[in-house]
Amino acid sequence: MTAKFEPTRRATLAGLSILALSGGQAAFAQTPKKGGTLNFLITNEPNTLMSGTTTATTALTVSGKITEGLLEYTYDIKPKPCLATEWTISPDGLVYTFKLRPNVKFHDGKPFTSADVAYSIDMLKKVHPRGRNTFANVETVETPDPLTAIVKMSKPAPFLIRALAAAESPMVPKHIYEGTDPVTNPNGNAPVGTGPYKFKEWVRGSHVLYERNPNYWNPDLPRIDQMVIKFMPDPGARSVAFENGSGDIGYRTPVALADLDRLKKLPNLVFETDGTSYSYNVSLIQFNLDSQYFKHLKVRQAIAHCIDRALLVKTVMYGYGTVCYSPVAPGLKDFHNPMPTPYNLDFKKAEQLLDEAGFPRGANKIRFKIPMDYNPIGDDGRKTCEFMRATLSRVGITVEVRAQDLPAFAKRVYTDRDFDLTYNGHSNLFDPTVGVQRVYWSKNFKKGVPFSNGSNYNNPKVDKLLEDASVENDPVKRKAMFFEFQKIIIEEVPDITLFQPLYLTIKNKRVHEDSPTADGVEANMSNVWLDS
Amino acid sequence: MGRRIATTLRRAAIHAGPTVLGIVVLDFLFLQLMPGDAADVMATEAGSATEESMAALRHQFGLDLPLLSQLGNFLDHLAHGSLGYSPRFNTTVLDLILQRLPGTLLLMITALSFALLLGIVLGSVMAAWAGKWPDRLLSVVVLLLYSMPGFWVGLMAVVLFSVKLGWLPNDGSETIGAHLTGFAFLADRLSHLVLPALALASFFVAVYARLVRTSMLEVQRQDFMRTAQAKGLNPFLIQLRHALRNALIPVTTVAGMHLGNLLGGAVVVETLFGWPGMGRLALEAVLARDFSVLLGVLLLSSLLVIVANIAIDLLHAWLDPRIGEA
Repeated sequence: MTAKFEPTRRATLAGLSILALSGGQAAFAQTPKKGGTLNFLITNEPNTLMSGTTTATTALTVSGKITEGLLEYTYDIKPKPCLATEWTISPDGLVYTFKLRPNVKFHDGKPFTSADVAYSIDMLKKVHPRGRNTFANVETVETPDPLTAIVKMSKPAPFLIRALAAAESPMVPKHIYEGTDPVTNPNGNAPVGTGPYKFKEWVRGSHVLYERNPNYWNPDLPRIDQMVIKFMPDPGARSVAFENGSGDIGYRTPVALADLDRLKKLPNLVFETDGTSYSYNVSLIQFNLDSQYFKHLKVRQAIAHCIDRALLVKTVMYGYGTVCYSPVAPGLKDFHNPMPTPYNLDFKKAEQLLDEAGFPRGANKIRFKIPMDYNPIGDDGRKTCEFMRATLSRVGITVEVRAQDLPAFAKRVYTDRDFDLTYNGHSNLFDPTVGVQRVYWSKNFKKGVPFSNGSNYNNPKVDKLLEDASVENDPVKRKAMFFEFQKIIIEEVPDITLFQPLYLTIKNKRVHEDSPTADGVEANMSNVWLDS
Repeated sequence: MGRRIATTLRRAAIHAGPTVLGIVVLDFLFLQLMPGDAADVMATEAGSATEESMAALRHQFGLDLPLLSQLGNFLDHLAHGSLGYSPRFNTTVLDLILQRLPGTLLLMITALSFALLLGIVLGSVMAAWAGKWPDRLLSVVVLLLYSMPGFWVGLMAVVLFSVKLGWLPNDGSETIGAHLTGFAFLADRLSHLVLPALALASFFVAVYARLVRTSMLEVQRQDFMRTAQAKGLNPFLIQLRHALRNALIPVTTVAGMHLGNLLGGAVVVETLFGWPGMGRLALEAVLARDFSVLLGVLLLSSLLVIVANIAIDLLHAWLDPRIGEA
């Protein structure tokens, strides 16, 4: 299974040998068993069970089991058939033709046809937070017969073929949605789809219960009888659930990092990294380029000279991350520029740059004092800020760590712009146009829009590279554009990318074949089976 | 007695209206001070947003309206008996709350009953042997319970009973998808209830034990106690009928006030034990800035406290017929 990892990640994983040896999908050789209940632990309650109207992680987790996508993806994001069995893209990238799987029925017995595909793509283009961009160039979806959908584009969208996974672009039943507001349609609370599992109940504050769809289009699947998706907000409680066997599986490292060492000693647990390649994140230090300090390139370069990423990953992330200098995560290996930062660890150089920028050491040897905010989603935010406070104190910059909850953080950074320095994270997703462009494109400096260009970075050359790459049909040229873009960002440091977090799926060893695709447990999980 | 109940109810009704209205309006205004709104939460959770999606979210939550219109809308709904609608959960607030209310009530009543029962027993024992070794020993136990936070007691109980011994589940209110019936169903629910109820009750056990001890000792010195002893009544019956009954007045008063505290404690305990109750709903609503849900929870909680106070008033009338006669 180590063969699946690219060299950069292998380096990280070398220290996690137990994980690589015992984990993963190595169980393919065994004969799958039927029956049983899978207990899937997630952190928070989703607000809908159909992810066509939101991209919240909790919704992505629960959606694909019921509402499937046109395609699935191998670990290196090559498309595989799901609801579409064949697909062709015209050489100019303007016409996509999908042949649909015959004899597929929704859970209410109605057939799945090209009309549903046309409706779904139109809906995603109108209401989905990312679909508005992903499908922006879609002009029409033609349906010459019930099993053929032809998507016609006004301009190429080279990332589109990677966006058709179940959770990202779900195919919904037109007969239930037509003429309604998709956001308030009750189908979100009790979904009907084509998937391997049927909706049974949603007990608010507790769990969602799915049961086996006996009429699934693949007669051999699914294998389990029931799937319980349990909402467990307390990380300690999740650790205990894995420990005592009441929880079978959870993903995106569902326990506190500090608990991992202890849990790894337990014989009944398996730790795997398969099925995490559909979306990579980067964690970064984000500057407000309107700040009186960080508008100076030399100050930003000085900060970059102070950061020991390897030490940060070791201390804050307990080693569960890959050092990264570029805004494009190393996991996106088709696009990641592996060039090192020109700003090596050098406190003397940092001091010199700060002096040159006009911020000499003053009273008490302090140059200036700034607050630092952090995105509170994970427990790494506060620790990174404390790391930065210690580091920057060495060059005479005093950091005051400010804590707030998620909406307060979002308002401070993206609406009020009342910040100097933050620790933040960006999801790169499956393509830089979808996941990275929004952060650096000057036209996406939009007050009030979370995860837009929060630094207020504005470089016409970068804008042009991003815009050209978004419609460039030649993969080689496109990659070159992204490489140049990354080089500029690494040198101009509008933010400082620190690392790509390594997410673990934790599961009981009785669970098999849970993550055969790039999107892992966010996919339909039709193959999963349990030892009796 | 009948007139007494009518008076209590009438007085409570007159008080309840303005109290509830004040709570709702104040809560609504205070909540506006929190930075960020429901649309910010939805967008940050999603990790992606556009100007259009933000505008759509704000419109959906009614956040694009002026503040006073939002308050007016809420009160208008309330006047029509509706708690409003939660766009976040795509369902009515009443539905959300009614799904959670039984869980919280079960947990609270179990915890309160447990705390009262154990507290009264411990307190009586301590009073009966005041100054002797059982009193001293129990005083230490009570002091420990009093000073340990409930969530810590809960955590330690989880470590012992769920992790080490494997006797009790640590999460949820039932075994999901097990389709149990009859005795197995009851046993399953009970086993899930034990740990959270203990965690919630531990602090209150200590409070009631100390309170009962003090009141009992005070009652012992009363004239009627001497009379009862002089009459030659059974000492146990004297303690039960004369001492305890009088000592219960302060205990019930405090227990009534604790109902509000229990609701607050439920937030922590429900989160810790994954118990699907209102406390967690309230916490989630705060974090999600889903104010329609939060206002609904607060409104219902204040009603609950008012109802509890009425019940305590009536209980007092039964325990001591002199109260409220004037």
